[in-house]
Amino acid sequence: MLNGRRTRLDVHPMKRLLDVLREECGLTGTKEGCGEGECGACTLLVDNRPVNSCLVPVAHVAGARVMTIEGLRGRHPLQRAFVEHGGAQCGICTPGMIMAAVAVGRKPALDQIRTGLAGNLCRCTGYEAIYRSVMRAR
Amino acid sequence: MIGSIANRTLLQPKSLADALKMLRDEGPLTPLAGCTDLYVALNFGTLKDVRFLNLWGLERLRPIGIRAGMLAIGALATYTDLIRSPVVRKRLPMLVAAAREVGGVQIQNRGTIGGNVVNASPAGDTLPVLAAADAVVVLQSAGGVRRIPFNAFYTGYRQTVRRSDEIVVALEIAPIRGRQYFRKVGTRAAQAISKVVMAGVAGTPPRIALGSVAPTVIRAAQTEAAIAGGASLEAAQRILADELSPIDDMRSTAEYRRRVAVNLLAQFVLGR
Repeated sequence: MLNGRRTRLDVHPMKRLLDVLREECGLTGTKEGCGEGECGACTLLVDNRPVNSCLVPVAHVAGARVMTIEGLRGRHPLQRAFVEHGGAQCGICTPGMIMAAVAVGRKPALDQIRTGLAGNLCRCTGYEAIYRSVMRAR
Repeated sequence: MIGSIANRTLLQPKSLADALKMLRDEGPLTPLAGCTDLYVALNFGTLKDVRFLNLWGLERLRPIGIRAGMLAIGALATYTDLIRSPVVRKRLPMLVAAAREVGGVQIQNRGTIGGNVVNASPAGDTLPVLAAADAVVVLQSAGGVRRIPFNAFYTGYRQTVRRSDEIVVALEIAPIRGRQYFRKVGTRAAQAISKVVMAGVAGTPPRIALGSVAPTVIRAAQTEAAIAGGASLEAAQRILADELSPIDDMRSTAEYRRRVAVNLLAQFVLGR
């Protein structure tokens, strides 16, 4: 299931989930940053858990539920909060930040946010505004 | 991705028996699971292997439980599985501490303990824990099972006793008496490879293991013996400093690593 829709794909089983989404599915919201699991820009949810899609062979999501930033349809409270509270600057880390924040759950404490987003780097160093956005999402 | 995948093959076994047969009959194959190390090499074109064996779907290798009094951890247990496991929290809290400091949540959801063991990095975060716990590595091939003491598993830098037709299926750990200690020192809490990592059990005799200070994870046997024999902390620290063989690299220097290691020994011994 991809963003709630049953999806069949004929691709090389070792192709990265990130590349399948961007090249085969037209879902370019998921960004590539470092390509080595350091930056979290390519974060999405597999069965509700955040993973780095640059390190996932597409074979590993056969039968799984994959949720990308597009799956939030621009209407998720976190998306609105990032706009309202300056959570996005250049924007490259934003989809990954939001997907990792989705997995943190509702009404998180600051240290839960810090732990949940520890695998996501913001090169603009806008962490305080990002944490504030996650705290105030409703 | 820099490397092409077109020439690569992924064999997809339906069961463990199936996987072991493929390893025996269709090798050489590189087993893959969470891919948190393997895909880094693949993405940067530094991995030359072309035939892979997909272990990720083998659910039988995932459970954590008690088997004949031993804590038995399936090789496919992820760091998240370890953190959430009540039995690991109870029996081996130092492993929970280590799992929490691996990468970030994304890596913890995918990386497996079996992968950490087989990847054989001297900096693997769970390895000092397994060394201090005197874990047993359970290897299986189509021909049968063998159990290797964790402290005899590594033979050199990134070298193990695993044969190419075997996979690590589980880690077994006997009950441990005594306070457990774990400390990883790196650049930051998340997403950092350790400069020094240490695990210890304050039993009689004590058990002390370190990573990132030698070509493989090591047990500090002489230091353990000195402490058991009543040596002062200062004497034990001098022995530990001699027992390590750290190097200068992009993450740290040999001198820093040695100094931090002896400081960690003090922290462990003094119970702070």
